[in-house]
Amino acid sequence: MSSNKKYWKSVEELNENSSIVEALRNNEFVEEIPTDEFLGNKNALSDSSTTRRDFLKYVGFSTAAASLAACEGPVHKSIPYVIQPEQIIPGVADYYATSFFDGFDFANLLVKTREGRPIKIDNNTLAGAKFAANARAHASILSLYDSMRLKQPKIAGKSATWAEVDAKLKLSVADAKTKGKQVVLLTGTLASPSTEKLIAEFIAQNPNAKHVVYDAVSESPALDAFETVYGERALVDYDFSKANLIVSVGADFLGDWQGGSYNAGYSQGRIPKNGKMSRHYQFEANMTLSGAAADKRVAMTVAQQKLALVAIYNVITNSAASKGSNDAVVLKAAQQLKAAGSKGVLVSGIQDKNAQLLVLAINQALASEAFTTMGTRQIRKGSNEKVAQLVADMKAGTVHTLLMSGVNPVYTMPAALGFEAGLKKVTTSVAFTLKEDETASVTTIAAPVPHYLESWNDFMLTKGTYSLQQPTIRPLFDTKQFQDCLLSLLGNTASYYNYLQASSAGIIAGSSWNTVLHDGVYVGAAAGLSGGAVNYSAAAAAAVAGAEAVKGYELVLYTKTGLGDGQQANNPWLQELPDPITRVSWDNYLSVSRVDADKLGLQNNNVANGGLNGSYVNITVNGAAITNVPVIVQPGQAPGTVGLALGYGKKAALKEEMQVGVNAYALYQSFNNVQSVAIAKADGEHEFACVQSQKTLMGRGDIIKETTLEIFNTKDAKEWNEVPMVSLDHKEVEATKVDLWESFDRSVGHHFNLSIDLNACTGCGACVIACHAENNVPVVGKAEVRRSRDMHWLRIDRYYSSEDTFAQDDEKKEGFKGLFGDKGSLGGFGQMEKPADNPQVAFQPVMCQHCNHAPCETVCPVAATSHSRQGQNHMAYNRCVGTRYCANNCPYKVRRFNWFLYSQNSEFDFHMNDDLGRMVINPDVNVRSRGVMEKCSMCIQLTQATILKAKNEGRVIQDGEFQTACSKACSSGAMVFGDVNDKESKISALAADDRMYHLLEHVGTKPNVIYHVKVRNT
Amino acid sequence: MSSHYEAPIRKPLVIGDKSYHDVTVDVAAPVEGKANKQWWIVFSIALAAFLWGVSCIIYTVSTGIGTWGLNKTVGWAWDITNFVWWVGIGHAGTLISAVLLLFRQRWRMAINRSAEAMTIFSVIQAGLFPIIHMGRPWLAYWVLPIPNQFGSLWVNFNSPLLWDVFAISTYLSVSLVFWWTGLLPDFAMLRDRAITPFTKRIYTILSFGWSGRVKDWQRFEEVSLVLAGLATPLVLSVHTIVSFDFATSVIPGWHTTIFPPYFVAGAVFSGFAMVNTLLIIMRKVSNLEAYITVQHIELMNIVIMITGSIVGVAYITELFVAWYSGVEYEQYAFLNRATGPYWWAYWSMMTCNVFSPQFMWFKKLRTSIMFSFIISIVVNIGMWFERFVIIVTSLHRDYLPSSWTMFSPTFVDIGIFIGTIGFFFVLFLLYARTFPVIAQAEVKTILKTSGEYYKKNREANKDSHHE
Repeated sequence: MSSNKKYWKSVEELNENSSIVEALRNNEFVEEIPTDEFLGNKNALSDSSTTRRDFLKYVGFSTAAASLAACEGPVHKSIPYVIQPEQIIPGVADYYATSFFDGFDFANLLVKTREGRPIKIDNNTLAGAKFAANARAHASILSLYDSMRLKQPKIAGKSATWAEVDAKLKLSVADAKTKGKQVVLLTGTLASPSTEKLIAEFIAQNPNAKHVVYDAVSESPALDAFETVYGERALVDYDFSKANLIVSVGADFLGDWQGGSYNAGYSQGRIPKNGKMSRHYQFEANMTLSGAAADKRVAMTVAQQKLALVAIYNVITNSAASKGSNDAVVLKAAQQLKAAGSKGVLVSGIQDKNAQLLVLAINQALASEAFTTMGTRQIRKGSNEKVAQLVADMKAGTVHTLLMSGVNPVYTMPAALGFEAGLKKVTTSVAFTLKEDETASVTTIAAPVPHYLESWNDFMLTKGTYSLQQPTIRPLFDTKQFQDCLLSLLGNTASYYNYLQASSAGIIAGSSWNTVLHDGVYVGAAAGLSGGAVNYSAAAAAAVAGAEAVKGYELVLYTKTGLGDGQQANNPWLQELPDPITRVSWDNYLSVSRVDADKLGLQNNNVANGGLNGSYVNITVNGAAITNVPVIVQPGQAPGTVGLALGYGKKAALKEEMQVGVNAYALYQSFNNVQSVAIAKADGEHEFACVQSQKTLMGRGDIIKETTLEIFNTKDAKEWNEVPMVSLDHKEVEATKVDLWESFDRSVGHHFNLSIDLNACTGCGACVIACHAENNVPVVGKAEVRRSRDMHWLRIDRYYSSEDTFAQDDEKKEGFKGLFGDKGSLGGFGQMEKPADNPQVAFQPVMCQHCNHAPCETVCPVAATSHSRQGQNHMAYNRCVGTRYCANNCPYKVRRFNWFLYSQNSEFDFHMNDDLGRMVINPDVNVRSRGVMEKCSMCIQLTQATILKAKNEGRVIQDGEFQTACSKACSSGAMVFGDVNDKESKISALAADDRMYHLLEHVGTKPNVIYHVKVRNT
Repeated sequence: MSSHYEAPIRKPLVIGDKSYHDVTVDVAAPVEGKANKQWWIVFSIALAAFLWGVSCIIYTVSTGIGTWGLNKTVGWAWDITNFVWWVGIGHAGTLISAVLLLFRQRWRMAINRSAEAMTIFSVIQAGLFPIIHMGRPWLAYWVLPIPNQFGSLWVNFNSPLLWDVFAISTYLSVSLVFWWTGLLPDFAMLRDRAITPFTKRIYTILSFGWSGRVKDWQRFEEVSLVLAGLATPLVLSVHTIVSFDFATSVIPGWHTTIFPPYFVAGAVFSGFAMVNTLLIIMRKVSNLEAYITVQHIELMNIVIMITGSIVGVAYITELFVAWYSGVEYEQYAFLNRATGPYWWAYWSMMTCNVFSPQFMWFKKLRTSIMFSFIISIVVNIGMWFERFVIIVTSLHRDYLPSSWTMFSPTFVDIGIFIGTIGFFFVLFLLYARTFPVIAQAEVKTILKTSGEYYKKNREANKDSHHE
């Protein structure tokens, strides 16, 4: 629209004839510009000269002006949505149900995305989604943003396009067909019906092709045994919640034994209800999470474990054909197991088919309810024999094309097997991989696959439950799924997504694709298996009893909570996660018993700054040697055995800081986790990064209160959950009732409490990683952890007893008389610093206790930390000047100081130092700068979001809606969060429970974190 | 001040035959003369140490507190140890000039000037630490209750650290005013003797136009007395408040009601030791043996002995109370102090602070200049260890054994401490060359009563009086 408005410049314009109007029209400046005044006088101009000083002034000024003008603020590009996606509201998180299985770990997940970025892994809590995420699954989100991922396909080490890769593959497969040589698909366990169907189609089209399943950490003997008895290659999915008596012979079922994920069921039975809880015997060589949780743990070599298994078998089946162990505890356990009948269960981690046959026989004889062939686990399929056959074929040169997906055999197979040599004889080898790892860097083609959060897939983790995996972000790099490649090899133009949708239709009867995709899981029917008709057990017992013990030391290889099989070695969260047992991060090590350490002259010691040092040893297994393996003297390690974790010592596609530890796969010969090892002390000392230098509880029974089931059932709570007393006006009163301060009314609004049940906590570490992810907790690296500067907001303290039990520790301390002598406290405390050879173990998750009378709050000079009405202890980072007084005055030592700038600092080259890694940062929680204190906030961003959501929806908040990252991640039910002002809530009941106590309640801090007395069923 | 009769049995405070003019000349000599080689050597070393400290501070501030040896469990170590140590040293000056003034102790006159200078210089060192120990020292002004635009956010008046801010700043300002007031007539003396216009101009400014009129002197006396009255409670309050940093906490080994008197005694103890260290050297170098006599040193040694014994009683009381309390955490904290990984620090402290001053019971030893010097150094080492023991050994093993760890200093921790020692000596050496190091105006007031020559004369002529 054109405008006809006229703008007046002056009143003069009213008068048309005004000369001023005319003048204004012609001249911009009404008045004469007095140029003549300073330029008119030519003489003066020529006379004056610019002096040197003036010249320098002008030069100086103009240089300064020019450089100032050149300065530019940093440019942050933020691009608005041109067309806003319908589903994405900035600031509001979206959740997608998906599933995770990388051949080792598996879980049913809920992925939180913000503005299209997945930022957090939560557990899928719908019925049927039975597998909660472990620490590694929680950390897998960071592996998505790993800057070391393979970003485009490579052929012979040079970048290539997918078209080239596909063409080359097609040619190669055709070439193999004409030459009559083998095409082998080497994958980890897939457990994916659609992928397996696809592979079957591929094999149908190429009869010269075969599929070999390879598990880096083999469960082959258990699979073989199960297959022998039940005719199906699968593993039993035990239900420990149904067992009153659990006997484990070398099975770390709370760790990674047969895939793990048994925490939830186990912990359910461990919480005393109606005076009952399960009893757990553990016979094992390495100190494991299961051993730590056991009521009675006996350290024994694997050879002794075999005899123990035979002894138990003899008792259960009343046979005496083979001679077993006559250890009193073993026989006692066997008798109790027999008495428990169907309420008992036995599990074993002995990597021997006959031993596993005995396990099946024992459980069958017991008719154990926890042992069921319904819904067997499909997550391990690998066969040692078939893998060995493949390597032999490769070496013989009969394998033409080798397609590998999800495996890294060059790293995970011992060199002695000769995989790498065989690979050289393969005409075309392809590694479908996330990283340019050891295998991908020597294959013909390195084919990048998308991360599972960018992929489609389906899983049958246990028979009868079907889960879908869906992408939560577009592929970050030029990647292609293995399945899509197979489809194009088959000449099928459909995408795997379409293929998956079509193939799932046959499985999800009675449901729809959209429903299953939304839920993430679909539960179908699964029939039990019948078996055991063949009488195999007597022969197996004889074979187990007659098995020869290994010579020299028994090396027991295991996987650590942090790295597992080592796939996520470039994940700084996992590297920095302290091992729940040793509390050492950033390393693997040879765990040695004290007895053997003394014999070999090995030791651990703490240096002046508190850092842990350990001796080095050289170890040799059947010709394969590893030099300079650091040693941890491990309480509870069976004398005669040593432990070493797999998954470390990786070098390829790893940032330098992550290249830690030694590669124990080199010793994993014949896929047997027990090896005969020779140990020789080497020079020098290793510098560990251990977060806990004091191993024992020092008889401080009020920190971890514990009792036995018998006392718990028969005595008053005051006896086993003693409240400290103080004198007030010459009267003894409970310390928790005395108050220096005036309390304000807390009955209005929300009042948050976090409950931690020490009976249910298995120390799995999932909460630690969940906290890392939720709260942008920085990673500080090995050197800083060594200097006791780990930043974990939530830590899981692990204590050993110094005597055989913690109760004896307390007794010993109570019995101290005077300073000197046998019962003197001077020598006594020194002894208590040393853990027993086979100690009791206790875990205690500790985070900010959110004290209602917080010692940190009173001492901050600038009031940067203060209390909320809702019970949370706030930390205003922006206000903090960093005096660290609060941390000093914290009795729980949960405050963490930013000693350096941990983000965007090349000295700390972890995920926060690159743009890709920073995509994982939770936008609801700020990234702290250096010089400020930080600590657990009780996930205030989550509680506030819950409140806001309910307010918007105009409803009352339901119990269970309030969650913290740790309580959400806790699959064992140990951590429960909620509002104690909601009297109907679970947390209110827990806070009123007889077992409830506060940590260090005598200090008078009145924490909002509550603990529950640990009850041992001894 | 008054020149009344002093008993001959009292030892003279000024040795030799000194006239008023001699006093003037003796005190002005270091200022008017040229610095000797030793001065330059010591000054260069101090300056180098100071600059090294400055670079360590710059490194800390630019990189982070992580350059120090601290960790998640031990959040304070050398920083606050040094802070308390320097504040403690700063105690002697005010005690000598204010408390001894009120008690009319004339022997203070020879040493109060330097003791006060030492106070001010050491409080400056002390003041550095609370600032640089902050994670974000550029925000240090947030600890001041000044009106602001952060929604008007106030400081936390509950925090002992805030009380420290008030205590230290009050102490520094009152000490400075007190010191300067005393300096006025002496600066005027230097002004009047100055021969170059530059020095004259400087001392004119410094002396605030002192004219020496009777009114000036009257006001001078009044102000001195008022300031002495003000400063006396400060002597007790400053270290009491510093001790609150620990005493009000909940950490076993810190949470102790005995701390205020124990800290004050310790502060006087270390302050006198430092005065001894400095004056034993200064009296020699600046030829002031006639004014700072063996008797002065002996008297200070007696103070050291008494306060050292008080501190010793406090140490033993702490142990007793820990046992008597029946609190296991308290008991363990003290057992650990004496026998834990830092036993060497505890026993260094015990040896230096409790045992070594007991030698002062022997007259021969407490009048030995060399021995006094050695003990003065030993005491200051001991007092540094005392603060280290309190801070580090209490923190490194507190309630939860899982958090127990150790502390070891980095080169930066050490560098900053050495830097403050350097800074202190830079200031003190400059002071010794430019300020009247003895309160000559005051000494002159007692010359006729306590000067050796006059006392002897009076004694010799006492009979003639009656004639």
